[in-house]
Amino acid sequence: MIPNAVKQGVDLSQAASWRDVMQRIASEVASRHAELADRTATFPAQTFEALRRNGMLGLMVPKDLGGQELGLRKIADLCAILAGACGASGMIYAMHQIKLSSLVAHGMDTDYHRALMRDVATKQLLIASSTTEAGIGGDMRVSNCAIEVTGDRVSLTKQASVLSYATEADIIMATARRSPTSAGSDQVLIALRRHDYQLERTAEWNTLGMRGTCSEGFLLTATAGADQIFPKPFHEIAVQSMLATAHVLWASVWFGIASNALSRAHASVRATARRMPPDFAGPLPGAARLAEATAKLQAFKATLVAHIERFETAKRDDDDLNSNNFTVEMNNLKVMASNMAVDVVREALMVTGIAGYRNDGPFSIGRHLRDVLSAPLMVANDRILANTAGLVVASRFDSGLE
Amino acid sequence: MRDRVRAIVGSMNLVPVPIDGLSDQDNLFDTGMTSFGSVQLMLAIEEEFDIEFPNSLLTRKTFATLGGLIAAVEQLATQKV
Repeated sequence: MIPNAVKQGVDLSQAASWRDVMQRIASEVASRHAELADRTATFPAQTFEALRRNGMLGLMVPKDLGGQELGLRKIADLCAILAGACGASGMIYAMHQIKLSSLVAHGMDTDYHRALMRDVATKQLLIASSTTEAGIGGDMRVSNCAIEVTGDRVSLTKQASVLSYATEADIIMATARRSPTSAGSDQVLIALRRHDYQLERTAEWNTLGMRGTCSEGFLLTATAGADQIFPKPFHEIAVQSMLATAHVLWASVWFGIASNALSRAHASVRATARRMPPDFAGPLPGAARLAEATAKLQAFKATLVAHIERFETAKRDDDDLNSNNFTVEMNNLKVMASNMAVDVVREALMVTGIAGYRNDGPFSIGRHLRDVLSAPLMVANDRILANTAGLVVASRFDSGLE
Repeated sequence: MRDRVRAIVGSMNLVPVPIDGLSDQDNLFDTGMTSFGSVQLMLAIEEEFDIEFPNSLLTRKTFATLGGLIAAVEQLATQKV
């Protein structure tokens, strides 16, 4: 299948067009199906069908492998646009991009992973992630399950207690111990195609928000080629690309949700203004709080953009990329962004009042609030701060403004 | 276009003088339009013409005179087509 956008000759030189394509998908498809995905906790299938049809799943893939080689900032922008229309769709799209970024950053030297990237771009394959496992207390950097090797084949059985949109994905990238005798932290990452694995559902996903991500529990059993394991140890993949990309793209999703909530608050204040007599001397109800919330969204945007640039700079210097300082900064981005997003949506609710509290109507931000409340919890901020606490003692804050 | 814009301004009682007495160059703020009045005018114009003012046109200057406003609306209405 050749994506429409590619058929139409859209390429990197017209990169703004990808933004236009995403805006169109967001307004014409994602926003129309968001309510259904939320209410029924089902995968936003129509939205992903539109994303596939327009070639939006392989944009990060290098050009020589059939992609568009889009950088992180453009991908972040696309995540925010989609999340503004449907938080769950935005998060699924972001999670896919996070996995894809690991392929792009660490899979260029292996034939299997290069072929996989080509398939992602040309066949518009969706990638899911299996890091969370029962019995490890939510720490992604430890695995119980282990790779077992038989000749050039490997097998894996994993109690994946949270595996978002697993049944809709074409590829699952899973962490596991290197071997049954390896320590829990000696992990590898393996890319599995649909024909490599079976899924047996073990837990449902009935949550307050982000319902369309379908983050159910599964027993994952797989047999695959040994060459499907990334050559780099998982801890290097995590530190050098995955964590920073995840925090940037999650933050972008939350930014999209927050800015859409604020735009609804903005519209509600405008509606109030229309009803006032022209000699109305103010203050306009909600406008002062709207101003305060706008300041918070502005600070959120500045923080997010600064950290995307920080990551791009670090990518050019391995020492920087592997430094405690960089990890601290990227951990802090996740904590700051998740708190700011909740804050902005809550302010937006105060502006809209009961009209925002409703689950229907043009000013409704009920879903935004429920979705964004996942932000401080998905990898709990307390856990991240505990990890950062150890690192921050062994690093020094860069207070330079140049 | 010009008549419709003038009619909106006239119907909103934004200034304490008859609209017919104002030229396209008279400054509406100097004539008595408040800052909030200009916000309402912007909202009414957007609604009437089904347009959205971009940030670049959301300036005091755009709304200061009928002439400036008419020019902005014409520009946006042309872009829409």
